[in-house]
Amino acid sequence: MLSRESITQVQGEIAKYPSERKASAVMAVLRIAQAEHGWLSVPLMDYIAELLEMRPIQVYEVATFYSMYDLKPVGRHKISVCTNVSCMLCGSDQIVRHLEQRLGIKLGQTTPDGKFTLKEVECLAACGGAPMFQIGDTYYEHLTPQKVDEILASLG
Amino acid sequence: MSKIKIEIDGQLLEVEPGTTVIEAADAAGIPIPRFCYHEKLSIAANCRMCLVDVEKAPKPMPACATPVTDGMKVATRSTRAINAQKGVMELLLINHPLDCPVCDQGGECELQDLAVGYGGDVSRYQEAKRIVKDKDIGPLIATDMTRCIHCMRCVRFGEELAGLMELGATGRGEHARVGTYVEQSVDSELSGNMIDLCPVGALTSKPFRYSARSWELNDQLSVSPHDCVGSNLAVQVRRNQVMRVLPHANEEINEVWLADRDRYSYEAVNSPERLLKPMLRDGQTWRETDWNTALQTVVTGLRKVIDRHGAGQLGGLAAPGSTLEEFYLLQKLMRALGSTNVDHRLRQRDFRDDTDTALFPYMGLPIRDLENVDCALLIGSNIRKEQPLLGLKLRKAFRRGAALYAVNPVDFAFNFDLRAKSISDPAGMIASLARIVREVAARRQLSMPPEAEVLAEGSSNDAEQAIAAALIDAKQGVLLLGQLALHHAQAATLRALADLLAEMTGVRLGVLAEANSAAAWLAGCVPMRGENGSPLAASGRHAGDMLKRPLKGYLLFGAEPEFDCADGRQALEALRQAEFVVSFSSFKSAASDFAHVLLPLAPFTETDGTRVNGEGRFQSFGAAVTPAGEARPGWKILRVLGNQLGLGGFDFVSAEAVRSAVGNAVAASARLQARSFRAVSPVSGLQRIGEVPLYRVDAFTRRAPALLKTRDNIGPVACMNPREAQKHNVGGSARVRVIAGGALVTLDFLLDRRIPDGCVYIPAGYPEVTAIGDPQTVHVEAAK
Repeated sequence: MLSRESITQVQGEIAKYPSERKASAVMAVLRIAQAEHGWLSVPLMDYIAELLEMRPIQVYEVATFYSMYDLKPVGRHKISVCTNVSCMLCGSDQIVRHLEQRLGIKLGQTTPDGKFTLKEVECLAACGGAPMFQIGDTYYEHLTPQKVDEILASLG
Repeated sequence: MSKIKIEIDGQLLEVEPGTTVIEAADAAGIPIPRFCYHEKLSIAANCRMCLVDVEKAPKPMPACATPVTDGMKVATRSTRAINAQKGVMELLLINHPLDCPVCDQGGECELQDLAVGYGGDVSRYQEAKRIVKDKDIGPLIATDMTRCIHCMRCVRFGEELAGLMELGATGRGEHARVGTYVEQSVDSELSGNMIDLCPVGALTSKPFRYSARSWELNDQLSVSPHDCVGSNLAVQVRRNQVMRVLPHANEEINEVWLADRDRYSYEAVNSPERLLKPMLRDGQTWRETDWNTALQTVVTGLRKVIDRHGAGQLGGLAAPGSTLEEFYLLQKLMRALGSTNVDHRLRQRDFRDDTDTALFPYMGLPIRDLENVDCALLIGSNIRKEQPLLGLKLRKAFRRGAALYAVNPVDFAFNFDLRAKSISDPAGMIASLARIVREVAARRQLSMPPEAEVLAEGSSNDAEQAIAAALIDAKQGVLLLGQLALHHAQAATLRALADLLAEMTGVRLGVLAEANSAAAWLAGCVPMRGENGSPLAASGRHAGDMLKRPLKGYLLFGAEPEFDCADGRQALEALRQAEFVVSFSSFKSAASDFAHVLLPLAPFTETDGTRVNGEGRFQSFGAAVTPAGEARPGWKILRVLGNQLGLGGFDFVSAEAVRSAVGNAVAASARLQARSFRAVSPVSGLQRIGEVPLYRVDAFTRRAPALLKTRDNIGPVACMNPREAQKHNVGGSARVRVIAGGALVTLDFLLDRRIPDGCVYIPAGYPEVTAIGDPQTVHVEAAK
């Protein structure tokens, strides 16, 4: 279920831990699998469980706990909006409202053309730049509705 | 280490270092509220209900996760402690539904109880409550996950004790859910314990649902009849009906647990199939009658067989789950009639070592000590399904670092890891065990009897060498012979090899026998020994022989020969040709096509009696309810029958009086008095592995609807590994024809990598497989 390159990376992660503690590599392996497949399906997580000698439910627990893992297919651009306390105090509600209006979708949904997914996430450790969101590997800080429009327009 | 002094609520206590505050308080009888803490589970400290005030601590501390320190002063009832506890309670109640009136947990709910003490009268919460969609997690546990307070006891039980983590917590914060994430059943054979652990009504018993309130129920203590553990039961009764079965705590035996088999088999005693009146056969039809007529018919019938053919043509066969009193009176009755043919070992195939065996099938050590072994070798045992609570004990040993091994005919999925395993076909198990003995002999420079050495064909593999080395090093080791060894076609040879291995290595030998077998042996319900192993002038015929060379008359006691005998087909044939068959049975269907008289036998919940478990512990219990209809306790029926037959010594007035006739003397050892290794003629062909699935073991489990819906009730199927399936051209078949002994049955076919080469796994205990009898080898082909 994983490409040769991914498996090589997985083995590198597993090698970091004692052989009877393969489960310790679960977060890294989920990240590698998501990078390859875009999201984590149940069969993919079951496969990871087997790989790391875990029970499937233990993998589901980790994957559902962290907001960076996607358990449904996502659009080309995943907009992860922080709504934790610092961002909330600095106006993340307004950012979310604006995004929902612009894209015509609610938090947790994907646009019909598959271009954008809007996701509510927990603190991304950029409180100094609140309100903020993350698209792909990029952080966008000090957001305003105008700035959001510019960012959206810049994305292909 | 010396004890340390602490003070809780002004009470001075001396406790062991390392104790937690909650343990110290519990021991002193000081109540501290809690939800997630459970003495048998790891500490999670996630409910925060047990917050207490510790002097000099900046904030309230969770009593379950705070170790005591010398001079510590704890207040469980100070304003700060009470405020903290009330705060936690308010948070827990935010999302908890107010559905106590329709909740099965009402009346036995820890949240309800503590809310009385710590909850507010009015909720300040005005937002929407969380609602969680329920999932179907199988036939035994009903879920209402909206009620869950996330204590994680069920999750920890699965992970730590059952060894099969099926439930987990997915999501986080407000969105956290306990469940399986994907729609699937919880399949652990110990799953019912999660219901007991659940402090709220999130997990409740599915068969019991909406049938009674906990305050309407009376607890009657009893002992489970299904395995050699003798788990203590609290049979819960309302208006003379068994409504539910819960564990009764006994640290020496079942701790606070029960196997699902013990918990849900009660459904059978309320089955519409119950036999409630004595019945007589009139040609092909049955008619109800009264006890006097029925017993008179039995007396006349037995006398007729004796007059015509002699008492040697009578045989008594008892189900291994009968009580000590029943075993005792049955053998006494048979022997007083002049017959020595009485036995309970219905599934045994090899009786060659009858005179060599120990007083009773002893499990080698007290149940409590099983979790402290450092090494165990399972021989022909699927311990997890045969004796689920002993499987739990071995899992505990495993978690403490014990080295566990197996010599098995199937690579069973255990809830512990094996360090090494030798998986071979049934005939190959003997060679494998012999090679382990040879390996031990070589390493310890002991001589091995030549007749044992010839069994050790070929050279030892890595697993066998590892097992030999581990047994030599073991300090607290045990060899455990399970059902697949005891019912092996060459069981005597396996037993002799195990005995030799125990002698050479100094580890203990234990037998994991069926149900109440230990009591049967001690009561003399075996053809070659009297009560307490006393010698007899003449041995009678054992169960196998009684059915192989049919007799003219049979007394069947609680047994259903079709499912309870090693060869169901042969048993049916023998009983059908007999002139007179009396069946003592709790169920109508049991013997209706071959018996002449059916006597309604009170099931385990309706009789007084005694069970002796594998460690030799006698446990007497009373009837939980009075017998249904005209059913009567077995000991009473046998006593009256003895009197009506004019036999002396049947004037017992109570079950206790019968028990005292047997006595309590138990010499605990499973070692053989003599060993004989007779050559095994090699089997050629496809060998059949005929395990009895855990819910097919007796007349009760076979009539417990919820248990039969679980995945452990595999059904009449044939399983092979893919390689073997290929060899027989059935690799892609959904159904196969199994041909043996002149009969043909068509069964569903499954591929299963756990089955060794040269074997087909066809579970016993299903009517669909009776026709093929008990073949050692079968022929399998694809069904058209």
